[in-house]
Amino acid sequence: MSLPPLPDSAIDLGVHASDWRAAVRFAGNALRRSGATRDSYTERMIQVIDEFGAYIVIAPGLALAHARPGPDVLADGLSVVTFAEPVVFGHPHNDPVSVVVGLAVSSPDAHVTCVAELANIFNDPQAIPALANASTADEVWRVIGAPELPQDLSPVR
Amino acid sequence: MKIVAICGAGVGTSGILKVNAERVLERLGLSADVSASDVASLATTGADAQVILTSPELVERIPPTNADIVVVENYFDLNELERKLEDAIG
Repeated sequence: MSLPPLPDSAIDLGVHASDWRAAVRFAGNALRRSGATRDSYTERMIQVIDEFGAYIVIAPGLALAHARPGPDVLADGLSVVTFAEPVVFGHPHNDPVSVVVGLAVSSPDAHVTCVAELANIFNDPQAIPALANASTADEVWRVIGAPELPQDLSPVR
Repeated sequence: MKIVAICGAGVGTSGILKVNAERVLERLGLSADVSASDVASLATTGADAQVILTSPELVERIPPTNADIVVVENYFDLNELERKLEDAIG
């Protein structure tokens, strides 16, 4: 297995978010629409940031919104949200955020394979700008991989 | 050598840091035991670690330690990670 599927319903491009909470909520709503999570997972993703700060902004322009596995995770899921205006999360180096990737995993084991695949994708410095500039789901799938196609598991070196 | 990557929730970002640290160590020809953990359980999981990898946001939450704390800004920049790991280990 590699990344959870990224269906059209989990992609939201060029949205207007007034602050980081709204930005994370977009990512959580996209996960819920795709059937991966319940609303309480979205609130738990926000709580992680309330508690620990903006450490989820792990690269310039990119936040990985996530929380621990829990009963509100119905299936492993991934969402991608981009913003009309980049959003400040309060990270000392990587603000502002133009792409939020939402991640929900149902077990701690599942996250190991997921994050290895995310690293394969985002270790390419072109990936974040390509997502930020995407105007269609097809352009997002060109970076992340389309849900109906087999995923390429070979690591990028 | 033991290296611990930490984040708030213990899933997700620390996993990315662990995967990329392993790639950098391979590039450097070094072997180490790299694990991912959350900051709350660091006192037990990281007790014997030589290096702790983390985000600038979490540094102040790390309990007193003898380990080198390596602060990573861009988790996907293998060159940054390689430079900082080399400094910490070398």
